[in-house]
Amino acid sequence: MTDLLKTPLHSSSVSRGAKMVAFAGHEMPVSFPEGVLKEHLHTRAKAGLFDVSHMGQIVIRPKSGDLGDAAAALERLVPMNVIGLAEDRQRYGLFTDSSAGILDDLMFANRGDHLFLIVNAARKVSDLNHLQAALGDVCEVEPFERGLIALQGPSAERVLSSLNADAGNMRFMDVWPLNLRGVPAIVSRSGYSGEDGYEISALPSHIMDLAGWLLEKEDVKLVGLGARDSLRLEAGLCLYGHDIDETTTPVEAGLEWAIQPSRRAGGERAGGFPGDSVILDQIAKGAKRRRVGLLPEGRAPMREGTELHAGEDGEVVGRVTSGGFGPSLGAPVAMGYVPIDLAAPDTRLFGSVRGRMLPVTVARLPFIETRYKRA
Amino acid sequence: MLKYTEEHEWLKVDGDEVIVGITEHATEQLGDLVFVELPEEGRVVARGEEIVTIESVKAASDITAPLDGAITEVNVAIVEKPELVNEDPLEDGWFFKMSLADPSELDALMDEAAYREYIA
Repeated sequence: MTDLLKTPLHSSSVSRGAKMVAFAGHEMPVSFPEGVLKEHLHTRAKAGLFDVSHMGQIVIRPKSGDLGDAAAALERLVPMNVIGLAEDRQRYGLFTDSSAGILDDLMFANRGDHLFLIVNAARKVSDLNHLQAALGDVCEVEPFERGLIALQGPSAERVLSSLNADAGNMRFMDVWPLNLRGVPAIVSRSGYSGEDGYEISALPSHIMDLAGWLLEKEDVKLVGLGARDSLRLEAGLCLYGHDIDETTTPVEAGLEWAIQPSRRAGGERAGGFPGDSVILDQIAKGAKRRRVGLLPEGRAPMREGTELHAGEDGEVVGRVTSGGFGPSLGAPVAMGYVPIDLAAPDTRLFGSVRGRMLPVTVARLPFIETRYKRA
Repeated sequence: MLKYTEEHEWLKVDGDEVIVGITEHATEQLGDLVFVELPEEGRVVARGEEIVTIESVKAASDITAPLDGAITEVNVAIVEKPELVNEDPLEDGWFFKMSLADPSELDALMDEAAYREYIA
């Protein structure tokens, strides 16, 4: 694994016995000796610390000095309201293409004089090129060379507040510059586990110190990518390249909640993003298929790629895009795409597992009650 | 005395039968088990035949019959609680018992020293 990049927490993970795997060009911890199940349950009960430094961080600065120009420029690439995003706040976004496919999902924040983006590791190079090509006329688009760690779980607020009490005053999707025991960091109250928590961006040379301070707390344990995946699956959150990609539209993926009214038909800046005609049409009329939650009966997980059938002898009507075991549910959970007439909760389908048709029921997402700090 | 296969199963002679499970090394490689499907009792099996399906948090795998014989009993407790296999692979986490077509075939399997060397 010599060609793989190492994150600032790499040696910490290895010294704690992590099983390391190649992921998006980085050598990343998939699990620690306790194992995925316990790491998952620990995160929901107390707090998990995740190394997510492999993700891409990008800064967009308006050449004019007016952030409105950068926001307007980014609106050319995403069907989101960027102009109306208040300072110190972030939103979930999608880069779409001309056929309404999804090029990546991201978080974007208003940092006063610039926009700050967090994108998927496997997409960061193409996202950067995409942004530079489309926004280069009015913006400086630069990678932001920082490490990133996520602290997730009910103890996260108390733990991070011990480094800076202001952390406790943040609410869901706030993005604040915080001094954490002398270390300058950009902190967002967000994450990808369904729990309350934070993502902390800081210089790579400071990440080890920050992680060390957090891991001193009894409630905090390092958690690998394996549990990160089962946590986000239970929370009904999409994994790029699996649940969403160039072949799925935002409406098919059930992500229209992320498209604000200002960008929809009748809004003050309706359309004007790649794939707008298809996406606005699907918002109005619905898409032919939809991403749904799936609860297999019995204990056998239905993994990604499992074919879905309307009846035991029926043809293939859809496919699982993410599936595994949900430790907090104590049962297998999955997501996948099905035709719209089979997308209603409680619809009974069959998944073909090792040559057998096993019953599976369409379920509302998320599978767990999320605990974001909205108020 | 335990015998071992290259598929990371252990076999323990118990009267006329052998008890079969997977090794601690195997459970460490697999990660937490979340699903186990066992063969029906009485089934006649051939060495190498896939007779058990297990799924860990990571992936599905098959466990093969270690030798020719017939399944005499299965451990339903691990179907209800697959984590027993991770917690106690050598005792409570056993998979099935079988009667061997030719008990002398046991002699060809690895002993503990040979297995330790095999996984080293």
